[in-house]
Amino acid sequence: MESGISFWQYLAGHFNYIVVIILMMTGLYIVIATGNMVKKLVGLGVFQTAVFQLYITMGKVAGGQPPILESAHESAPPEASAAAVEHGASQAVEQASAAMANAAPHTEIVAQASVSIAQNMDDVLVNGVLYSNPLPHVLILTAIVVGVATLAVGLALVVRIREAYGTIEEDELQEAHYQQAKGAST
Amino acid sequence: MSLAFASDFLAVLPAWVLAHAAALLVVTPLLSGPIALVLSRGRLAWGWSVGISIITFALALVLLAQVQAHGSIMYAFGNWAPPLGIAYNVDALNMLVLLIVAGMGALSLIYGLPSVQKEIAPKDQAPFFAAYMLCLAGLMGVAITGDAFNVFVFLEISSISTYILVAMGGGKDRRALTASFNYLILGTIGATFFVIGIGLVYMATGTLNMADIATQLHGRGDDRVVRAAFAFIIIGLGLKTAMFPLHTWLPGAYAYSPTVVGTFLASTATKVAFYAMVRFIFGVFSAGEPFDGALLELVLAPMAIAAMIICSVQALYQTDIRKLLAYSSVAQLGYMLLGLSIGTAAGLSAGLLHMFNHALMKGALFMAVGIFALTYGVRKVQDMAGLGKTMPITAAAFTVSGLSLIGMPLFAGFWGKYFLIMAALERGWWWAIVALLISSVLAIFYVGRMMEMMYLRPPPKGRRLKKTGMAEAPLLALIPLLIVALGNVWFFFDTSLPKGLADTAAQMLLGGGAP
Repeated sequence: MESGISFWQYLAGHFNYIVVIILMMTGLYIVIATGNMVKKLVGLGVFQTAVFQLYITMGKVAGGQPPILESAHESAPPEASAAAVEHGASQAVEQASAAMANAAPHTEIVAQASVSIAQNMDDVLVNGVLYSNPLPHVLILTAIVVGVATLAVGLALVVRIREAYGTIEEDELQEAHYQQAKGAST
Repeated sequence: MSLAFASDFLAVLPAWVLAHAAALLVVTPLLSGPIALVLSRGRLAWGWSVGISIITFALALVLLAQVQAHGSIMYAFGNWAPPLGIAYNVDALNMLVLLIVAGMGALSLIYGLPSVQKEIAPKDQAPFFAAYMLCLAGLMGVAITGDAFNVFVFLEISSISTYILVAMGGGKDRRALTASFNYLILGTIGATFFVIGIGLVYMATGTLNMADIATQLHGRGDDRVVRAAFAFIIIGLGLKTAMFPLHTWLPGAYAYSPTVVGTFLASTATKVAFYAMVRFIFGVFSAGEPFDGALLELVLAPMAIAAMIICSVQALYQTDIRKLLAYSSVAQLGYMLLGLSIGTAAGLSAGLLHMFNHALMKGALFMAVGIFALTYGVRKVQDMAGLGKTMPITAAAFTVSGLSLIGMPLFAGFWGKYFLIMAALERGWWWAIVALLISSVLAIFYVGRMMEMMYLRPPPKGRRLKKTGMAEAPLLALIPLLIVALGNVWFFFDTSLPKGLADTAAQMLLGGGAP
């Protein structure tokens, strides 16, 4: 925690990361704890959603605009307000705080930067405008597609399992396997 | 392959093949998948897939010749220079993996027609081959790419098609469905862990290019974000590699999947994930950073030892042949991980050499077991009685690969273990050598049990066929088996190809071989 930042400010600055951690652990817990296969897939979905959120969060630059290039004269300079969503990569704070303090002079909390490599202002600003980082958003689009495909295959498997066994509860499936093995050996 | 031959080989081909071989290697099987689906008739789709997989293997050979001639190759997509654009990097390390994947991919596909026709419903055959080609493309992609996020995408392409392929065994044995579902859950958790790790790396460095990440991370081993990223990536890849406590998906997936899939997966899938782990530990998070050494010695090495012993014991108790071989695979992965965790160039090279040899021996073993199952419906060890008399050629191939698995001299498997022991001696890890010997003794028992069944027990009544008393498999299935089995012998006498690549790779990653 940076000195000079209160606990609540720290909490507010890391709000998204806290949500990510809670979602991630919830999802993982559901996958492990439940014996119902559909619920397992739901848990897996929650778990993956947490990762989407992580990526989207890291792409956000405080005060940054959506990364759509306009010509220089049309685009307004960034209105950095205290209401701007604050996300901080705690690790990035030391390196980028100086640059970000200039970019968002009215913001009290400095822990906002996701532009995590130490860069000077010229690298951060495009035509004098501060943009959010589009790359993580693009990456996570791919990951969402992968998640959808996995979910589809998983649900299809659940349907087939129900057809073959008449149940989708893991303990009943194990019982069926046990009976099958016993039947095969006798 | 001599350099003179390599350059002759290259001179014949058109320039565009040479220039784009790296991209074509992945694109060809990727695009051929949907076409196999459209072909709709099983035999036609099979012919198409075989053709494509042979072309893919030829492309891998082209790359091999190029790598041997020029060292490593960098292929930038659309000519965008690497830190920004996506690049494929081919060097000695992934060349070894690409050869395994392309070679075993083609051979198990050629081998597969009779068993696919028997095990899979006619309407499902074309989709089966389509999924197979996608899986091949995905595995190639993981091995060849130089972009960290690309690894995730290709890992998932191969994994999702693998879930489908494993589940296709459901017509034969419904347990394939639950095995596939377990694999899906664990595989997805692994991939998600991996992608979290990549995200954290991106936060720390702002780049996704592996080489660029490596330079940016240099000297930042104390950074907490980097450490968390490293942990996530290792756990994620550990799940995909079936590293010891994370291996529970593997026996089911190998044992109940269709024969072709078992063969293909056993010889490629975990190898590719193991490669990714080697690449990330040594190539991206540079070795020599403080936390790597402790990780290798305190976490990976004990897990490797545990896998070698516990899973060998579990293999002893299996009655299902393919499950036995699957547990043995986890144990053998322990050998590879041990080589990696020794952390010297000699150790890593031994691990990689064992990876190559293990692909050959497990490939041949699974092929032979598939032929037994095809001819006599053999699934259990006790059913193998007398196969040495009724199916002498297949049984001989099985024996050769089994001896290679034990690590007998005269067979390729010997070298992996020999160099592992040498590397462990160099570090003074006597306990690793003891574990390796115990595991080898266990391997003698579980392989020996099957051989005793085959050669010393009389065949059950009704299995003696006609005059000759022999029933060999279709030639189509037999030839790939014999090629792979011969490979097990060939690579004992001529280790120059795999050992050369493994040594070059280890030198490249560890720079000179200092621990």
